[in-house]
Amino acid sequence: MEDLRLNVSSNPHVRSEVTTAKIMGTVALALLPSCVFGVYNFGFYALFLLVLTVVTCVATEAAYEKIMKKDLTIRDCSAVVTGLLLGMNLPVSAPWWIAVVGGVFAILVVKMVFGGLGQNFMNPALGARCFLLISFTSRMTAFTYDGVATATPLAQLKAGEAVDTFNMVIGKIPGTIGETSVIAIVLGAIVLLLTGIIDLKIPASYIISFSIFVILFGGHGLNPYYLTAQLSGGGLMLGAFFMATDYVTCPITRTGRIVYGILLGILTGIFRIFGASAEGVSYAIIIGNILVPLIERYTMPKPFGKGGEKS
Amino acid sequence: MAKYTFNGGVHPYDGKELSKDKPIQDFTPKGDMVYPLSQHIGAPAKPVVAKGDRVLVGQLIAEAGGFVSANIYASCSGTVKTIEKRRVPVGDMVESIVIDNDGLFEEVEYEPVKPLEELSKEEVIGLIKKAGVVGMGGAGFPTHVKLSPKEPDKIEYIIANCAECEPYLTSDYRRMLEEPERLIGGLKVELSLFPNAVGILAIEDNKPDCIALLKEKTKDEPRIEVRELVTKYPQGSERQLIYAVTKRAIHSAMLPADAGCIVDNVDTIVSIYRAVCENRPLMKRIVTVTGEAINNPINFRVPVGTNCSELIEAAGGFKSTPEKIISGGPMMGFAMFDLNVPITKTSSAILCRTEDTVSKCPTTACISCGLCVEACPSRLIPSRLADYAEHGNEEMFLKYNGLECMECGSCAYVCPAKRQLTQEIKTMRKIQLGKRKK
Repeated sequence: MEDLRLNVSSNPHVRSEVTTAKIMGTVALALLPSCVFGVYNFGFYALFLLVLTVVTCVATEAAYEKIMKKDLTIRDCSAVVTGLLLGMNLPVSAPWWIAVVGGVFAILVVKMVFGGLGQNFMNPALGARCFLLISFTSRMTAFTYDGVATATPLAQLKAGEAVDTFNMVIGKIPGTIGETSVIAIVLGAIVLLLTGIIDLKIPASYIISFSIFVILFGGHGLNPYYLTAQLSGGGLMLGAFFMATDYVTCPITRTGRIVYGILLGILTGIFRIFGASAEGVSYAIIIGNILVPLIERYTMPKPFGKGGEKS
Repeated sequence: MAKYTFNGGVHPYDGKELSKDKPIQDFTPKGDMVYPLSQHIGAPAKPVVAKGDRVLVGQLIAEAGGFVSANIYASCSGTVKTIEKRRVPVGDMVESIVIDNDGLFEEVEYEPVKPLEELSKEEVIGLIKKAGVVGMGGAGFPTHVKLSPKEPDKIEYIIANCAECEPYLTSDYRRMLEEPERLIGGLKVELSLFPNAVGILAIEDNKPDCIALLKEKTKDEPRIEVRELVTKYPQGSERQLIYAVTKRAIHSAMLPADAGCIVDNVDTIVSIYRAVCENRPLMKRIVTVTGEAINNPINFRVPVGTNCSELIEAAGGFKSTPEKIISGGPMMGFAMFDLNVPITKTSSAILCRTEDTVSKCPTTACISCGLCVEACPSRLIPSRLADYAEHGNEEMFLKYNGLECMECGSCAYVCPAKRQLTQEIKTMRKIQLGKRKK
């Protein structure tokens, strides 16, 4: 027999087709409906902001790795997802430099200095958003719609004014670029659910626990109109399906993911109903991120055969 | 009918169509035959022949070296050439008896067969022990030990592991289709030892023809039942199979008997039948020779001791240059670096792959996606265990139950970052198990 050069490695000898880059690419794709709607809703400047955040994020990651002489990882598409999410979390009235500052902060401070993809303990896009919110509060909370400065439906709701829930579901309301349309977000979420990239553990426990919290403490009881407005308004849907489910910053255990979702629902409820601001999703998720190691410690699964089932 | 299964697992490409439709062919080896003295779990066998002795097919050449050990028989006739260390498929060097095959295949005279009804339980187990039957699915645990639990009355299930969940393997499938009577006969032998047990033929639902055939053949057997399993890897893992059939979960320190079960794979049960009802020792097994790099993928009935390269040639040789050759299936098999190794009692397949998938998958950063957690049938956190293993953190590795891993490979298979999860965990387990023995 001819001389063979055989590869030798440990089992298993096959690998699935799924790669990190494919997952991140699909997430970016699933964000597109919301981005497209955002551009339709807010005009071409929204597109400019989205492109700018994506370019800034990718460029920051590349530059950092170049300077630190590390392997280039921009092909894993994670910076694209961060850029898109950050852009989607900006109001359309934001100046261009906010997008750049946010993008650099997200990648450099929240992600790269902690060791890059997989090591950050906070969702980079949300970390940057909170940083921007605190640093440039007025610019980050100035919402315009059709060129007119206006309050978001959630703020109106908080002030006791009536809101149009139909428009809230469609997304024809003021807000940040990518958060307004429930339909567009759910469309993207269905893509993620069907491709198995996310499952319902976090989004469902988040939305259900938030709903229960609102019913109990919202002051409106079981009022479908108020509940719909709370669920469709602000970044709840975007947060529940796209940001709370961020692999890196959510618990790895199955039970932990449900606990995490419930916690986010309660925190969001507290911030929205008892807090000064009408919004609360970003801060809820950031606090949830920080509690992940604790949640994981208490939700470690019992191994097969060591309890749980009868043995 | 409800289908039986477990939690977790993966669905790799199964590649079974390459070899599943071709009947089993008898293979007659021409070259030297090599019999490693350790092709089972337990003490190595002790040679009872010496250099220069003439041996016949069916002659005992090495006897069990203890209770947990197994006899080894010649599967060719010829003269003993030497007894020396030879390489085995898993890569180790093992003391082996080498026989210069004279190609005549002269057989010994076997003792006459006694009907099963006239045999006592001790005699049945004695026959199985004498025949050198071991678990032929891969582990190689001596079957007579398995069939001698402390409390035989507490055994409620004899499970025939017909799952064959490893991709590419079709030897059990062919065996079920071609020799169902022997499989059922072997199961009946086992049932005769355990009065309170029922026999379960547990088959994955990707083999509907086997399910139909065995249901038909067992319709008049009150103690035997066919159960349909969901097709999923590792459905044929002992612990997962017991759970699927009985909903009883056992951990690594427990034996199937603790859950009232005895599990044997198809080839093993057929060997039990041959040992008890035909008085033949374990000399042959079915080997799937397959893979994209093989000209004619096929199943051979192979005398144990046959050289692997002879088998590959008999399967038409290589269609394209193989990059990786695996002894066993792609999920739990061993990568071979030398084809000059013998088929042992536990070699289920030779899988020749044109492309080594693993070498084309560079590892990237773990993103804690949890796919490994979802896939792990032992319900562990593989990504964390691999971290602990990598950092040498033995305390945390043990605390997070690293020893419960059964190295099935599901985590590494699904990992999108292509981490060598199974390898890391496997390495640390080996270190820990080694320490435990001391």
